Amino acid sequence: MKHQTAGFPKSQIFGLILSLVMTFGAGFIALKTSLSFGVIMAIIGTLALIQAGLQLFMFMHVSEGEDGKTNIINMLYSLFCAIVIVFGTIWVMTLGTHTH
Amino acid sequence: MSAKVNTALPLEYQTLQNQMNILGFWIFLGAEIVLFATLFGVYGVLGTRFADGPILKDLIVMQDVFIQTVLLLVSSFTCGIAIYEMRRNNVKGLMTWLIITLGLGAGFLFMEIREFLHYIHAGATIQTSAAFSSFFALLGTHGLHVTLGICWAVAIMVQIKKRGLTSDTARKVFIIGLYWHFLDVVWIFIYTFVYLKGAVA
Amino acid sequence: MSNIQWNHILVINDPLLLGAFISMVLSAIGAVALVTYLKRWGWLWREWITTVDHKKIGIMYILTAVLMFFRGGIDGLLMKVQTSRPEMEFLNAQHYNEIFTTHGVIMILFVAMPFLIGIMNVIVPLQIGARDVAFPQLNALSFWLFLSGAVLFNISFVVGGSPDAGWTSYFPLAGKEFSPGIGNNYYAVALQIAGIGTLMSGINFIVTVLKMRTKGMTLMRMPMFTWTSFVTSIIIVAAFPIFTVALALMTLDRLYGTHFFTLSGGGMDMLWANLFWLWGHPEVYIVALPAFGIFSEVISTFSRKTLYGYKTMVYSIVTIAGLSMVVWVHHFYTMGSGPAINSFFSITTMLIAVPTGVKIFNWLFTMRKGRIQFTTAMLWALAFVPNFVIGGVTGVMLAMAAADYQYHNTLFLVAHFHYVLIPGVVFAVFAGLYYWWPKMFGHMLNEKLGKWHFWLFVIGFNVTFMPMFFLGLKGAVRRAYTFSMESGFASLFLVSAIGSIILAAGFAVFCYNIYWSARYADRNISHDPWDARTLEWATTNPVQYYNFATLPEVKKLDAFWEMKKNQDSLALHAKELEEIHMPSNSGLPFFMFVVFTIAGFLLVFEWHLAAAIAAIGIVAGLLIRSFDYDQGYHVHVKEVVETERAWRKVEGEVNTHVS
Repeated sequence: MKHQTAGFPKSQIFGLILSLVMTFGAGFIALKTSLSFGVIMAIIGTLALIQAGLQLFMFMHVSEGEDGKTNIINMLYSLFCAIVIVFGTIWVMTLGTHTH
Repeated sequence: MSAKVNTALPLEYQTLQNQMNILGFWIFLGAEIVLFATLFGVYGVLGTRFADGPILKDLIVMQDVFIQTVLLLVSSFTCGIAIYEMRRNNVKGLMTWLIITLGLGAGFLFMEIREFLHYIHAGATIQTSAAFSSFFALLGTHGLHVTLGICWAVAIMVQIKKRGLTSDTARKVFIIGLYWHFLDVVWIFIYTFVYLKGAVA
Repeated sequence: MSNIQWNHILVINDPLLLGAFISMVLSAIGAVALVTYLKRWGWLWREWITTVDHKKIGIMYILTAVLMFFRGGIDGLLMKVQTSRPEMEFLNAQHYNEIFTTHGVIMILFVAMPFLIGIMNVIVPLQIGARDVAFPQLNALSFWLFLSGAVLFNISFVVGGSPDAGWTSYFPLAGKEFSPGIGNNYYAVALQIAGIGTLMSGINFIVTVLKMRTKGMTLMRMPMFTWTSFVTSIIIVAAFPIFTVALALMTLDRLYGTHFFTLSGGGMDMLWANLFWLWGHPEVYIVALPAFGIFSEVISTFSRKTLYGYKTMVYSIVTIAGLSMVVWVHHFYTMGSGPAINSFFSITTMLIAVPTGVKIFNWLFTMRKGRIQFTTAMLWALAFVPNFVIGGVTGVMLAMAAADYQYHNTLFLVAHFHYVLIPGVVFAVFAGLYYWWPKMFGHMLNEKLGKWHFWLFVIGFNVTFMPMFFLGLKGAVRRAYTFSMESGFASLFLVSAIGSIILAAGFAVFCYNIYWSARYADRNISHDPWDARTLEWATTNPVQYYNFATLPEVKKLDAFWEMKKNQDSLALHAKELEEIHMPSNSGLPFFMFVVFTIAGFLLVFEWHLAAAIAAIGIVAGLLIRSFDYDQGYHVHVKEVVETERAWRKVEGEVNTHVS
């Protein structure tokens, strides 16, 4: 971690441009293409995840400081919990009941 | 508890207590991820159960959604610049960028409330159907976080005005910055899995 | 909006409730009168209500837990009386519903949780050689919010009516349609407030363990109780937000007419069960893991050996934490999710038995060839192993989805989870209290009374719950307020009821032991009465407010044992002493307790405007905190020297009794 005393906030501006590109890219893919629903969801879901990572690293500096490693483990574990909760809930509450 | 100060680090990391506060806030953000994940899970299950009420797809005004998204994305960027200025010890720059950030946040809130009113007038309230209950619960929780964030940031700006940039006030700004970026992250998922998905489905 | 009538607020039209109400009012008046008579209000405010000292906060948690254990125990006894004979008319069905609901909620959330969080508070900072937790004032707030929830939940049975939909409060029964009264609002609001406090405790302990360990205390040198507390805190942070959301949605459904869990409007009642157990299963491990940590400390100390397989113990705790998030569906196999889902959760559930089994063997191998001392604390640990194995093995039976269709909702299940939670948590808490009592109060609990307590409780426990396995297999369902003569259940139910009286007698001996020891026990004890192994014993009994005069340095696992072995003297070197920085007391957490309780109470009664006005107090409290720049204070070296001399002079034999 270093003092940013001079210069230009490169990572922030780079992050902003990338996130705007991905946001509108996702919007374009969802609204203006005729891909199947599953493919669209896969693409825009991935874009959302990348954007979240972008915010974490470019804006929030998740890995800086002596607790950087802890922060990364914390975020990965939270991501694991989030995936279990979201997909587990959907799996258990909607898909499973179709099979009988 | 140690009052030892390490001046080699940025202001907000200089004391052990500050480092602990920042780490504690990161862990709190972990809890927030779980909280929003639960709301997303609920929305994932209930989001298509409109009963006999209106359908989300018929009500979405995509243009407004884009405006909201851009407002929040840019505010996340300006918040990042505010922290950047803070690390350059430029209090004036910090305050200016914070005010811009909050202005964009307020703009987002205005758009969101307008959108909610539009839905309510169209007959889709939190009581209409499971789908709209879960929609309003998810977006309302996010909106409430933004509102809280604005009030909190104002309180911190008052403190900077009173005390200048110290290791304590710098820590507080840094933490509210993390909070603000996090709300943007949540919005990206709302944008993707509520609006875009709703418009495609 | 509000349809609550004033004349429905006090529900004391029943002799039982009236009696409870009168005794509550009398004991409240008695407590106020006693404090006034002793002129202790100032002391109470300065030393306890505004304290941020982790040890005092821990003691307050434990005290609350003992009181709540009494309340929850009375609930249990009432149920046992009602089912002691067929067709009893001691309680009616409604009363029985209320009592099994409050019994479950209180025992899990207001007994097991505060006992363990209380012990964590007292012990974890001492074990890692710290002077307090990372956020002392937040810690006080955690306690006061927990207490706010406990108070709200406990006044329900005389003010407005108790919740009556079971501790799981499944929809649609818990919804407004089928439970229109106030009771379930209490459930939603009181647990919400207590849950926020718990979440903050979790964050606090994670940061404490990560950032405040003394020099040389690497993660893999931490005592096992600290490890389990750390992992429990992680599970708290991962699981409690789910409960927060579930309760908030329940509140919305009940108070504001939404359709999350309703039968109409597209809601899904079983979604509640899904969310509840997404939190509820990790919750089981939240209470079980610190208990395992206590057993590890006790077994290691009284076997005179380092814990066997320390590393595998750590790995199995972490594995249990991970698996605890992916087993929740085994609580509702009978929803009928289909073979893929039920099989998946069957397998994950059975997998949990592996790391748990590893731990059992580690404890057994720790005892092997050890010189075991049969102290009361050790007796609890010894009784834990076989009893918990019964709970665990029946758990594996229940884990099999197909077989579970047979056991589901029977007393077999009830017996199973009591065999898990009573040996796994209650025995551990008793072991921990006997073991660490001198750390908290400067005197031991009486060992002779302790053994009476132990034998009565363990025998009573087995006599109460063993028959329930057989009752369940014969088809007796849980939550049924009575049974017929023809069912053939009568004799086993009677045995179980008799057992519960023995169990209660055991608890009574424990309460008497607390009283007896407080009055008569010897105060002149060493700082290390058990010849123990970890850092909390390297300082005085009861621990002085700043914990350690100089922070100890750790070179190996079982740090204090190493110090004793190497003849590291505990003598003070005046040169090494520095001023000690301590946090200031604060009345703010208590203020938050008051406003949260008032706002919660008004919300329960659906007086929305009044609740919103009270909630302004919460916002005010947050703002006051934000503008508070109190930096704490420093303890002078002179004061440290005097305090330390007082206890170190008492006994010169600090290093002598390592065997």
